[in-house]
Amino acid sequence: MAVAATTATGARPGRAGRRPSFAWIGTVPFLGYIGVFLLLPTGIVIWNALRNQTGGLDLSSLKVLGNSEVRGFFTGTLELSAISALIGAVFGAILAYAVASGNPDGVVRRLYLAGSGVLAQFGGVTLAFAFLAAIGPTSGFLARASWYYDFPWGIALIYAYFEIPLMVLVFLPAIDGLKVQWREAAESLGGSTWDYWRHVGGPLLAPAFTGATLLLFANALSAYATIQAWENQIAYTVPQQIYISINSEVGLSNVNYADVLALGMVIMVAIIMTGYALLQRRAARWLR
Amino acid sequence: MAKLIAAAKKEGTLNVIALPPTWANYGNVIKDFTAKYGIKVVSANPEGSSQDEVDAVKSENGTSKAPDVLDVGMAVALVSTSLFAPYKVSTWSSIPAAQKSPTGLWTQDYGGYMSIGYNSAKFGTITSVSQLLGSKFKNSVALNGNPTEANAALNGVMMANLAEGGTASSIAKGVAFFHQLKQAGNFVPVQATNATIKAGTTPVVINWDYLNTASVVDQGASWKVFVPANATLAGYYAQAINKNAPHPAAARLWEEFLYSQGATGGQNLWLQGGARPVEMTAMTSNKSIDASAASSLPPITGTPVFLTATQATDAATYLEANWAKAIS
Repeated sequence: MAVAATTATGARPGRAGRRPSFAWIGTVPFLGYIGVFLLLPTGIVIWNALRNQTGGLDLSSLKVLGNSEVRGFFTGTLELSAISALIGAVFGAILAYAVASGNPDGVVRRLYLAGSGVLAQFGGVTLAFAFLAAIGPTSGFLARASWYYDFPWGIALIYAYFEIPLMVLVFLPAIDGLKVQWREAAESLGGSTWDYWRHVGGPLLAPAFTGATLLLFANALSAYATIQAWENQIAYTVPQQIYISINSEVGLSNVNYADVLALGMVIMVAIIMTGYALLQRRAARWLR
Repeated sequence: MAKLIAAAKKEGTLNVIALPPTWANYGNVIKDFTAKYGIKVVSANPEGSSQDEVDAVKSENGTSKAPDVLDVGMAVALVSTSLFAPYKVSTWSSIPAAQKSPTGLWTQDYGGYMSIGYNSAKFGTITSVSQLLGSKFKNSVALNGNPTEANAALNGVMMANLAEGGTASSIAKGVAFFHQLKQAGNFVPVQATNATIKAGTTPVVINWDYLNTASVVDQGASWKVFVPANATLAGYYAQAINKNAPHPAAARLWEEFLYSQGATGGQNLWLQGGARPVEMTAMTSNKSIDASAASSLPPITGTPVFLTATQATDAATYLEANWAKAIS
């Protein structure tokens, strides 16, 4: 394929430079999609956050970000996302390593990947209820306990149901990228298992691990339906409070406030995704 | 009336919003309206809130999809009157003066009392709100939503407030009660649904009595509904017509249907769903009420309390600042 392409363009070297390239047309659907579903809504949120209730340009609405209450929603969101991302990353990585060290075409691996693909998308009321039915109060298992209603540990445990499978999916390619020859090289030079992980495997996987953890973090950050079903009567996180600010039927609805909260989320996600992109770039070198 | 029916039939469609089929018997209300007049009812966002309703009126203004009629909580109705068209139904005189706007911009339609629904097989009979603090109610008590968002939950806290000796002007004692409930480990924060009631996760639910009846929550005879005598807190929803309704005649005919007193009229249909129709007193005296449905309502003792607009706003403001602190 590559050879054929080179030949085709090589046939008329003189014209290729002069003829305008239309290759960019191929990116139009992608850019259009990103524009309509990502950039436009983000722009609207930012624009609205900078205006007051009556529509004038007004930066003072941003001041609510300094309220202790609002800071509480942001720290709650960060706390929950960090804890659930760490739980997911550690257990998911161990699981991914176990899967990777098995037969690459084996039925176990295929089952794990298929299962993880499904469970990584599991969430919302369905997940909350499944948790309740499985180990909640009525199973008899934890009949008198109520710690799983506590924030953030209880809900973080529920988030693990989709965070761990997601970690398996995104971290497995990195482990698969570890070449057997590297390990053999380490061993032939007299290195122990510890030396191998300390000097070869660990450093190689570190960027992928950190990147995947950030992805899990962002995943938990935007999760809304699960916590809304589980902690229905109290808002701990920014997405929950945004819902209340839009929907309150007791007279506390304030779309402007919701926009400001959303802007805060946009900034957080932007920081995290930049970190993720930088780490991915570093990790990608080893995955080729 | 005949002219109105003809005009409505010509429009052929009615847009309603935020009407869950199991809420106050709305499933049958819609079905019967269509059967009677041959007008198609388009039901948007059945699980939406009152705020969603007025938002839809604004965002879809001028389109054929805009809601024609609204069924909203009073907090939302009172601040949204500029969106409404005044209309007085033919049974206007049967509606108590305190329950309608003098010009007919909004008219209360049905309501009920804040109640405690519970599984009596598990807990025996509940006779007071303070009982809920006892150790046998560990992990059991839920509200219907977050009180800073949902009207039913705000009124649930207010009911506890009245039962604990608070007044309608300050909800502080209600919030303190839920703080104690949380400390005792009896408060359950999950969203109470028929599924969580069936699973036993939320065996005690504080909600409007018409949303708490055994048939609505899909429970058997052991499910009881208790309205405390020292805290009979009433709440009514209100009807309003979108002033730019795409189907103005159908909207008005719908209102006439909802407020009609016949055996198959809207008032008795709501009553059959466990809600108390606003014309109930008038209908009891003119004997048009569905007596068997009326007798199956939970018994009420004590003087009903209605929150004024100011009291409701004050409660919401207090909750905004204190609810999260009390319960987390």
